Amino acid sequence: MKYSKKDRVTSVLLLLPSFILVLLFVYGFIFFSTYISMTDWRGLIPSYKFVGLNQYSQLFQHPRFKVDLFNTGLFTLIFLAANLFLGLWLAVMLDRKLRGEIFFRNLFLFPMSVSFVATGTIWVWIFNPTSGLNIIFSALGFDTKNWGWITDPRMALYCVCIGAIWQMAGFTMAQYLAGLRGISDDIREAARIDGANEAQIFGHILLPQLWPITVGAVVILGHISLKIFDLVFVMTQGGPARSTDMPGIFMFETTFRNDFFARGAAIGIVMLVMVAILIVPYLIYSRRMD
Amino acid sequence: MKFKRLSMIILMIAIIIILGCAKPQSTEKSSAPNMPPPPPKEMTIFSWWTAGGEADGLNELINLYHQKYPQVRIVNAAVAGGAGTNAKAVLKTRMLGGDPPGTFQVHGGSELIDTWVKTGYMAPITELFTRLKLDNAFPTGLLEMISYKKQYYAIPSNVHRSNMLWYNKAIFEQLGIEPPITLDELFKVCSKIKNRGIIPLSLASRNKWEVTHLFESLLLAVGGVDFYKSIFKGDIAWTDRNVINTLDTLKRLLYYVNQDHPALTWDQACGLVQQGKAAMNIMGDWAKGYFLANKWVAGKDYSAIPTPGTAGAFIVVTDTFGLPAKAPDKQASLNFLEVVASPEGQIAFNIKKGSIPARLSLPMDAFDEIAKANMIDFGKDSLVGSCAHGSATIEAFVTALNDQLGVFIQDKQVMKTAQALEQAAKDAGLRK
Repeated sequence: MKYSKKDRVTSVLLLLPSFILVLLFVYGFIFFSTYISMTDWRGLIPSYKFVGLNQYSQLFQHPRFKVDLFNTGLFTLIFLAANLFLGLWLAVMLDRKLRGEIFFRNLFLFPMSVSFVATGTIWVWIFNPTSGLNIIFSALGFDTKNWGWITDPRMALYCVCIGAIWQMAGFTMAQYLAGLRGISDDIREAARIDGANEAQIFGHILLPQLWPITVGAVVILGHISLKIFDLVFVMTQGGPARSTDMPGIFMFETTFRNDFFARGAAIGIVMLVMVAILIVPYLIYSRRMD
Repeated sequence: MKFKRLSMIILMIAIIIILGCAKPQSTEKSSAPNMPPPPPKEMTIFSWWTAGGEADGLNELINLYHQKYPQVRIVNAAVAGGAGTNAKAVLKTRMLGGDPPGTFQVHGGSELIDTWVKTGYMAPITELFTRLKLDNAFPTGLLEMISYKKQYYAIPSNVHRSNMLWYNKAIFEQLGIEPPITLDELFKVCSKIKNRGIIPLSLASRNKWEVTHLFESLLLAVGGVDFYKSIFKGDIAWTDRNVINTLDTLKRLLYYVNQDHPALTWDQACGLVQQGKAAMNIMGDWAKGYFLANKWVAGKDYSAIPTPGTAGAFIVVTDTFGLPAKAPDKQASLNFLEVVASPEGQIAFNIKKGSIPARLSLPMDAFDEIAKANMIDFGKDSLVGSCAHGSATIEAFVTALNDQLGVFIQDKQVMKTAQALEQAAKDAGLRK
């Protein structure tokens, strides 16, 4: 397709402001943070003495940061797996053109419109051993004395996971539903005529067709969970005993409470790299698809 | 044609840059030399007192200021959020960005001196102290928390006591027990209460600092005043016998606390005492504000004594107001500090806030029983700064201590924690 010269100039001019702003406020500050993470800036007065990768080597020896990395990994794994499974399952159910489909679709999608802060507040009540689920379970005759939920370091991370999954599963469902609707009925019909049963249709036709959706969902959900801060901060503040601590919370405390800007920047860059490891292959992949 | 396109783009960039850089300076500059400086109009007070008695107290100060200096309009820039976490972040942005408020609330001690004074963001107010003869108005221990290199940097507005044990009188009378004075008595009392199926000591740990708050009381009880001061200066190792004993005491005490403490905040822990589910709680004297708001009467329903083992010592949490070096109108700020320092200001503010005046020998009539007892103690006890509230030591170590104690109350490993604390003290720069 050919564009006229005038169109091209206009489009460049229209893109220019946002190009400059993104260049400055996104890439400029990424560069600045990277630079700060290699200095010894600690305290309110900026110090730009270059110390190489010192902050990083200290960071990776820090007992709290090791726990944080493990927690983020586990959280991301559970969050992704559960969301993909639940989302796909809900989408397949809704795709059967059942009555009230629109109602259910909105019902499952709705939690996404609530902020993590509000969601977190509600889930804290639910998982509080004296005010939440335990009331229901003890009414059902269970002995809930030792069911600590969010106050038990062994369970707290899973409680946070449930809150996060509740929020985002509807979104994954919507993605998959759009994907399923995009698959022509003709293909399914053709498969049926060839004698494929429903399981085979699902496994050999629908799932491969949904692959781009899955990749997209993993990228979007993955970057949310690797950077998670608000939900955890509201629900547990990283406790009990670091069991739900995340790099984001450590970064917040290091930077804004302790004024250790160099280490805070280093944590930020580590988080950026983690997300980049997830997203860059996707960008390459989607470019190849084009 | 290619040139034309390129030049268009360059032109656009140039326009944007010029627009961005241009400042409407010309009018100001031309008129400034001929005109006298405009009279002071606004003075910003920055704090995290947004609600309840604290906000009322601040308004008392603002009213006093208005009566004396009606031409100045006070901007009350309060940022909500418990213990000032959010406010402190906003304050840092303003100070570093060259837009300091007229004056701001800051905890005396390390938070004032290490964060703001040593970095050169504050101006000394020693002249004000000399002019108002304030050197003897505050106790020496408190003056140490606001001075650096023989200069004074802030006026303390109020004092809270951190080392206090609150107890439910009905439970104590019912069980026929006396409030514990020593740590040994504390454990005896705890064991008696636990036998009756009541939680002996309520604890909160949701916001992490509550455990540090309990820890600092125990550290003082075990190690004494000199030890307490030295260890927060970094002169004693965190693997010291006293630290280990303190951790051990805390560990034993954990047997007597409520199990859901990670879900609770400090006021909910006080609530357990008020509801009769727990007998005691160790918290600063702001707990009184919580009880008051819930219609509980001091001396009748509840009472308070210094944390067992700490009688004769007073862990101070003090809010102070200082003069930022780049305050927009220094005189307006100093006038406000004078109001804060005045006996009327101290009394009016502290009655509303529920704390005690930082000034000594003021009339006590308007204060309640607990405040009166604390005012007497404040005049004669040894004063030390609170660690959990930023007065005793640098913030970097407080954060690490909060984190480490959070781990300790779950895994209860004394030696491992002591070593981790020593490591954290080195990492934070507290110890060499």
